[in-house]
Amino acid sequence: MTAVREAKASAPDPTPRGRPGGATVPDLPRVITGRVVRTRSGTVSLRVQGRTVAATAALLVALLVVAGITLTTGDFDLSVGEVVQALTGNGTGIADFVVNTLRMPRLVTALCVGAALAVSGAILQSITGNPLGSPDIIGFTNGSAVGALVVIVMLHGSMTEIALGALVGGLGTALAVHLLMIGRGIQGFRLVVVGIGVSALLLAVNSYLITRATFQEALEAQSWLIGSLGNRLWIHAQAIGIAVAVLLPLAFFLSRRLSMVEMGDTTAMALGVDVSRTRTVLLVISVALAAFATAVTGPIWFVALAAPQVARKITGSSGPALLPSALMGAVMLALSDLAVQRIFAPALLPVGTATGCVGGLYLIWLLVTESRKSRA
Amino acid sequence: MTATNRPASRLRAENLTLSYDQRTVASDLDVEIPDRSFTVVVGPNACGKSTLLTALARMLKPRAGQVYLDGAAIASYRSREVARRLGLLPQSSTAPGGITVGDLVARGRYPHQGLLKQWSADDEAAVVEAMRQTGVLELADRPVDDLSGGQRQRVWLSMVLAQQTEILLLDEPTTFLDIAHQVEVLDLCAELHARRGHTIVAVLHDLNQACRYATHLIVMRPGGIVAAEGDPSTVMTAELVEDVFGLPCRIIPDPETGTPLMVPAAPKGYAPARVTGTTDADADADTDVDGTASGNGPAASDTAMAKTS
Repeated sequence: MTAVREAKASAPDPTPRGRPGGATVPDLPRVITGRVVRTRSGTVSLRVQGRTVAATAALLVALLVVAGITLTTGDFDLSVGEVVQALTGNGTGIADFVVNTLRMPRLVTALCVGAALAVSGAILQSITGNPLGSPDIIGFTNGSAVGALVVIVMLHGSMTEIALGALVGGLGTALAVHLLMIGRGIQGFRLVVVGIGVSALLLAVNSYLITRATFQEALEAQSWLIGSLGNRLWIHAQAIGIAVAVLLPLAFFLSRRLSMVEMGDTTAMALGVDVSRTRTVLLVISVALAAFATAVTGPIWFVALAAPQVARKITGSSGPALLPSALMGAVMLALSDLAVQRIFAPALLPVGTATGCVGGLYLIWLLVTESRKSRA
Repeated sequence: MTATNRPASRLRAENLTLSYDQRTVASDLDVEIPDRSFTVVVGPNACGKSTLLTALARMLKPRAGQVYLDGAAIASYRSREVARRLGLLPQSSTAPGGITVGDLVARGRYPHQGLLKQWSADDEAAVVEAMRQTGVLELADRPVDDLSGGQRQRVWLSMVLAQQTEILLLDEPTTFLDIAHQVEVLDLCAELHARRGHTIVAVLHDLNQACRYATHLIVMRPGGIVAAEGDPSTVMTAELVEDVFGLPCRIIPDPETGTPLMVPAAPKGYAPARVTGTTDADADADTDVDGTASGNGPAASDTAMAKTS
């Protein structure tokens, strides 16, 4: 029998480490990161990454702080107590109006849209294995814009009809991109390249539609095209809220499989993951999230691109950190909205300008660092 | 060659027609992997050996025919169930950025885990054992990105071992490794085969390595046809190599193991360069006689002079 030359050397010395690692079998060295929580019977065992938990907690705190500032400050300052009273239905008339009619719907919309965009981006980036694979880069957002512009310019629809148009446009674009790739599988780089091409095409369609419009229509189109959270009512918050409530848990449920798919189709399949089904379902979730978000607020750039990457960095996660991404997106968008409302007041700056500025800088940084390290 | 007078193997393929898009790689292919064998598949480039392996691991759906695992069509199993019985080391995999060695090997436990059963005591024991076997236990905390090619291949192998399947399919496990690491990986496979009774199927390029390690050799020719199979010492003949690879050769016993060793025949009129302490200029003179190296002769002697100065 042949001897294993180098392997033998490691057999003794099970190097136990001082890490308090939950209930582990003695004698076995710890080989994985994070903590393990196990019930005594062993029926339930969970892996918990300390850094992810800490980052998630920090993001939750940040979210509460941003929400608190958004609800208490503005043209009409309120105390935290007044806000809480208003939220529980015991507020005075004016506080009730300011909180429940003006500020809350806008805040909830911002949080849900931010979370939806971030998770949409996280899924797409993971599937394509490319940080540029986000719905705003590969054309889904522009597709939504075409749908909305058609409604504004040609059908003169209402706000709800514009949203529906955006939804149809986004989903239709995803379908078109998918058809362009058919028979070749959903390969990351190709999806990004095809998507960028489709995106440019759709942008041209948008410009054409605006030249066809009257001055009034063009103004309305333009204000929709710069994503905005202004004048968002409960109906908007509810629409995106329901989408997020249904789709996010589904995405979280599939995230373990998604992290396996990141290792390559063959490897994931060899480990028992139904790769093509997983990917199709997640792609549909991602597209739907982006389309709903865009339908409610108009295109908001770069949240989907940046939030998942930042979330991955701060959690140090080797997989798609969907929950931290969602929180990161929510905080980013709520914070951007707070900034445009307070810093530039009384000018009514749409939130899209803020995310666009921050995101543009981020994109430059991303491209520079990506081109330095060539990806295998 | 489909004599089935003994009980059917756990893994076999019947009448396989394999194709990518429109290109048919193999048709009517029958393969049986003897249980507890170390089967090595060899053949010229693009003869369909890797394709066969991917079909055996149900990664490629055959256009016709069927792969059977433990008596049932492999397509009738749930993905996870197959992954508990049969492991595959693909030619290339992507390590997620920043992942540690331990976490990557732990992913091999995926088919045994669930939403609420993410890291059982069994998982832990399997992963530690797999890492010990491949000698990567010390590397547990290191990022996979930092490792050398040889170490990385051992980590991937370790991940497949952690899957704890009795059948292991290895698709060119030695590619991109230097010779020492190739031997190391193959020794490890041989050890797993001998000590654990695993059934191992590997696609290899090197005929001599194939002959040394295989207990069952399958030689394929282009078009996905099995040219010969069986014990390497009976299968491996000079006629077969010339026939399948188009390479004239001699087969001699391997001085280390006695297994067949294939030595390619030298081209007619071949004279080896003299390396008896003479200067490079002399060697140049030799080749110039053949008239083959007249162009690069001066350049070569230039570099030789540069070296000596």
